[in-house]
Amino acid sequence: MEFFTQQLVNGITLGSLYALLAIGYSIVYGVIGLLNFAQGEVYMVGAFIGFGVLSGLGGPSALAVPVALALVLMFAAAALGSGMLGVLIERVAFRPLRDSSRMAPLITALGISIFLQNSVLLLLGPDIRNYESSSYIPVTSGIHVGFLRISLVRILVIVTAVVLMVLLTLFVKRTHLGRAMRSVSYDREAAAMMGVDIDRTIMSAFFIGSLLAGIAGVMAGLVFSRVFQLMGFVAGLKAFTGAVIGGIGSIPGAMMGGMLVGLAESFTSAYISSTFQNVIVFGVLVLVMLIRPRGLFGRREIRKV
Amino acid sequence: MSIGVDQWVETADSRRLGPSGWWGRGLHRWKSLPPWGRLAIVVALAALVPLFASDFIVRVGVNALLLALLAVGLNVSVGWAGLLDLGFIAFYGFGAYAFALLSSDQIGVHLPTLVAVPLVVVATGLLGVLLGLPSRRLSGDYLAIVTLFFSQIFLELALNFDRLGVDLTGGPNGIAGVTPFHLFGRSLSSPTSYFYLFLLVLTVVVTALFFLERSRTGRAWRAVHDDALAAEIMTVPVNRVKLMAFAGGAAIAGLAGSLFASFQLGVYPLNFQVQFLIVIYAALILGGSGSLPGAVLGGVVVAVLLDLLRDPGQASAAFYGVIVITLIARVRPWRRLGAIVGATVLLGFIVHLVATTLWPSAFEGEVESTGRLASVLDSWIVVPTEPATAGNWAYCALIACLLALPLLRGWRRDALVVPTLYLAAFVWETRLVGEPSITRQLLLGALLVVMMLARPQGLIGTPRVERV
Repeated sequence: MEFFTQQLVNGITLGSLYALLAIGYSIVYGVIGLLNFAQGEVYMVGAFIGFGVLSGLGGPSALAVPVALALVLMFAAAALGSGMLGVLIERVAFRPLRDSSRMAPLITALGISIFLQNSVLLLLGPDIRNYESSSYIPVTSGIHVGFLRISLVRILVIVTAVVLMVLLTLFVKRTHLGRAMRSVSYDREAAAMMGVDIDRTIMSAFFIGSLLAGIAGVMAGLVFSRVFQLMGFVAGLKAFTGAVIGGIGSIPGAMMGGMLVGLAESFTSAYISSTFQNVIVFGVLVLVMLIRPRGLFGRREIRKV
Repeated sequence: MSIGVDQWVETADSRRLGPSGWWGRGLHRWKSLPPWGRLAIVVALAALVPLFASDFIVRVGVNALLLALLAVGLNVSVGWAGLLDLGFIAFYGFGAYAFALLSSDQIGVHLPTLVAVPLVVVATGLLGVLLGLPSRRLSGDYLAIVTLFFSQIFLELALNFDRLGVDLTGGPNGIAGVTPFHLFGRSLSSPTSYFYLFLLVLTVVVTALFFLERSRTGRAWRAVHDDALAAEIMTVPVNRVKLMAFAGGAAIAGLAGSLFASFQLGVYPLNFQVQFLIVIYAALILGGSGSLPGAVLGGVVVAVLLDLLRDPGQASAAFYGVIVITLIARVRPWRRLGAIVGATVLLGFIVHLVATTLWPSAFEGEVESTGRLASVLDSWIVVPTEPATAGNWAYCALIACLLALPLLRGWRRDALVVPTLYLAAFVWETRLVGEPSITRQLLLGALLVVMMLARPQGLIGTPRVERV
């Protein structure tokens, strides 16, 4: 039983990461109807920015400021840096191709993603960086009730993710910009005619999506410690499937989908096979996509070709 | 521009006639040849290569032909049918592994080449149909992701198959000791013989695809590419046509895989990573997606460039060569080109002079290029004693300059081109030359982006008016 609850907690932590990333895919997809292939790399860059701040503050073992402040600074820097990167990606790879075929932006995003991976490799070298979160966030603290043991890091990750999701939902529902995003996702031309600034809306969608990816990157660093330049590829793939399972374009759907993928991965590696974890998860995801291409929560579209 | 005529119409005549001068005349004469004539000339020229070239160059040629074959195969599903197939590398890998299994000691089967290859091609084609099935329900990005899953699943299976109890793939060690092709009573062993084999196979495949493109099936593929809904209304069996594209591409990939396995005398999981998929895509996009000669040209150019990058001297020559060619092709008139080049050269000497006289101890590094080029560059580019750090900052500055370039117009852009060129040379000498594998990937990524933005039809593809 203890093993089971442990895997549940692991799955929810992993799911929170995937959910944040999946929301990024979903927001961008909702607004421009295209997949941002480079999202996984933004997540990786966010993780490295967080690590940079951490080392700038004295490194994991000798932090110069209180831990809470350090964490806030890490999250803030990663969020801002990744957000800017996302805006840049939109400007370079997506805006010039807005009216071309659907395949073109996918290929540029693929190129950007390879370019980012190798730029990081060039600038920072191939060494794996270690957040060593256990040296400033004690492993023993946290909740211990019966079978349930949740360490402080995981609580932090899960709570942050939930808070962000609530904020985002409020943002999309209540604010002016949120309404603009929804209107662009329904019908871009009609929105433009109603005076919505399309460029600005698309840019903010990329900013928010990438910001969440950056935060997820720092979280990944805190939970798994290891940060390296290839971490974004597989995580991005899984998060994207989370977004699809939830019905791409829908924010609550992306949260649920990301969570499901995280749980599936955690339980597969615990109970079935850790070697074939990715194979099994991908296989299941392919099946889900085939059986319900619109996702579990997605709207049904009439157009079928 | 006269009133009532827009720029597109205004320039229609010059577009139809193409460039003038000796280049234009040559191009016109080339285009007026029949297709078989053009093919014959290219094949004849290619066949001459091994007569004059060293073993190394012949090997590069084999790689180039392999990549051309793969690009041609990818062109079937991506270029013609418009299915973004990111599982292509899995077909290639499957073909290679299947051939390796059928002709090595791994399971002790040694089939004759002429039996094994058709078997592998058919099996890979069937796999293509199987993995193409999702295209019945998914399109666009969804299809891309599902097929990317297939690549990942294939790679993980190849790496870990031994854990399932039967050691089919040899895990991370792959399968070594694949027997070479045995054709017409003799075993192919030298790179030269493989060069001719690859050339023959590529010629046959290209010829077959040439006729296929003009057949009912080829027209159906393009119809599905342009508008699947309209094609369906015109009674094109869309799903069957898509599956045929997958199968066709996969069969060619399987053929390329078996050729590769026998040429390399082994198969290793590292050969089939996503990185190589990007290389194939870069080749196809560079040459022109949807164009057969484009795919061949793209494959050859990308493979040769990537092979040149292995050696610092050749890599530098290629790097500066591409910059010079791009400048000559893009910057008009000659006066402007002269001003930019002159200013860049001058800037280099000034920077070098100032830096070495003011801080002689900080700039004691040497350029990493080798050969005659290096001695010239040595007095033009300052190389700091700590090249890595300065190179990293310069890399960031270079990216910033490149991003700013398209935003500027007129003389401001020209003024920015000068420091950008110098920065590019500086970054090249301090960082990129020393990191060939990273540089390859960086250039491939940049190539995909730049080609899609600046020339989506590729080097020799025909521009198409896209449906919005």
